[in-house]
Amino acid sequence: MAERLSNREGIRGMANPTRYGIERVAYWLQRLTGLGLLAYLIGHIYETSTIVNGKIAWDKMLELTQTPQGHILLTLVIGMCVFHTANGIRVMLGHGGIGVGKPGQPEYPYKAASLNYKQRLCIWVSIALAALAMMYGASVLFGD
Amino acid sequence: MAVVAVPKSSEESNSKMKTSPSNTITLRISRSNPAEGQESAFSEFQIPVQKWTTVLEAILYVKQNFDHSVAVRYSCRQASCGSCGMKINGKPALACYTKISELNSNVVTVEPMNNFPIIRDLAVDFKQLISNHKKMKPFIIREDSEVTPESKEFIQTPQDLEKFLQFSYCIKCGLCNSACPTMATDTSFIGPQGLAQAYRYVADNRDKGKDERLKIVDDSHGIWRCHFAGSCSQVCPKGVDPAMAIQLLRGYLLGFRK
Repeated sequence: MAERLSNREGIRGMANPTRYGIERVAYWLQRLTGLGLLAYLIGHIYETSTIVNGKIAWDKMLELTQTPQGHILLTLVIGMCVFHTANGIRVMLGHGGIGVGKPGQPEYPYKAASLNYKQRLCIWVSIALAALAMMYGASVLFGD
Repeated sequence: MAVVAVPKSSEESNSKMKTSPSNTITLRISRSNPAEGQESAFSEFQIPVQKWTTVLEAILYVKQNFDHSVAVRYSCRQASCGSCGMKINGKPALACYTKISELNSNVVTVEPMNNFPIIRDLAVDFKQLISNHKKMKPFIIREDSEVTPESKEFIQTPQDLEKFLQFSYCIKCGLCNSACPTMATDTSFIGPQGLAQAYRYVADNRDKGKDERLKIVDDSHGIWRCHFAGSCSQVCPKGVDPAMAIQLLRGYLLGFRK
């Protein structure tokens, strides 16, 4: 009841990337890819742990991953990994105050210096790198 | 150079007013009274608008002509008091500072700001914002701050002033807290407004309370919950740029700044 009265947006509001520009999209992607990589890590530990059950069990598990669906999943993991790393470096530097601009006299229409072209460029580069890595990964996985 | 136009005769300006194009829009106002258990519902009104009509003027038109019970907080009507923050077509903005013609829509929806308890309709409770602001000790801390006949004023260069000036323009409207994705889920988060104000005083070279303030923000619900989504700076109507202030403040804790 108290939470309803507080009018908090909750996870739905936090996870809505549509309202506040590319920086909010990057925030959303960073969270999404982080969760995706965590899920992959858990799956990966489960997959590799089957080796303790012997060679037959391990080969069976490998067969599961050597399918088109398994390749699509791995392609997505490559993309998530590259975006999370590249955008993560941008965010970490920003957290130290690097690349967020300098304080100054704000002038109408008050464009925020911290949301500068360098930040936006880094976000687009992270997306482009992820797309390139996914294309390369898919060509290796699906190639002969 | 500023150019001041000679005022036209009243007759001429009156005739212009009559012929200026007027438009009608639908204003949807979110109505609720949580204290009395009244769920949120929208009331719709047809409002005549000119190209300079602000959202606040449209709401006041409703109060004057249709329904005086609409609850809205406002005061200065010129983006100085920070009273009329609300969600306009889904984004937090000041109603007095948002022209309807800029929204490019014939339907304007106004709702109370998110992440604040609703008092009634569009009025929200600022208790948490003000209490977090106070927690940041928003004043100059130093032992010799009392002005005595022997003391001199604290001299600052324009460069010293520039380090904190923009952050002192905060009008405590709460738009940044409403847009912040962390505020959406963490009820104890200090919020971009409070953190930006902590930096405002830390960056002021007259102030000696840096360590005190850093201790306050160095908390699990403090500065570490900011993930630099930048939404606070997107919606700030005064160019305060809370996202920059927070990252610069974190630079002190991470050892990038002294």
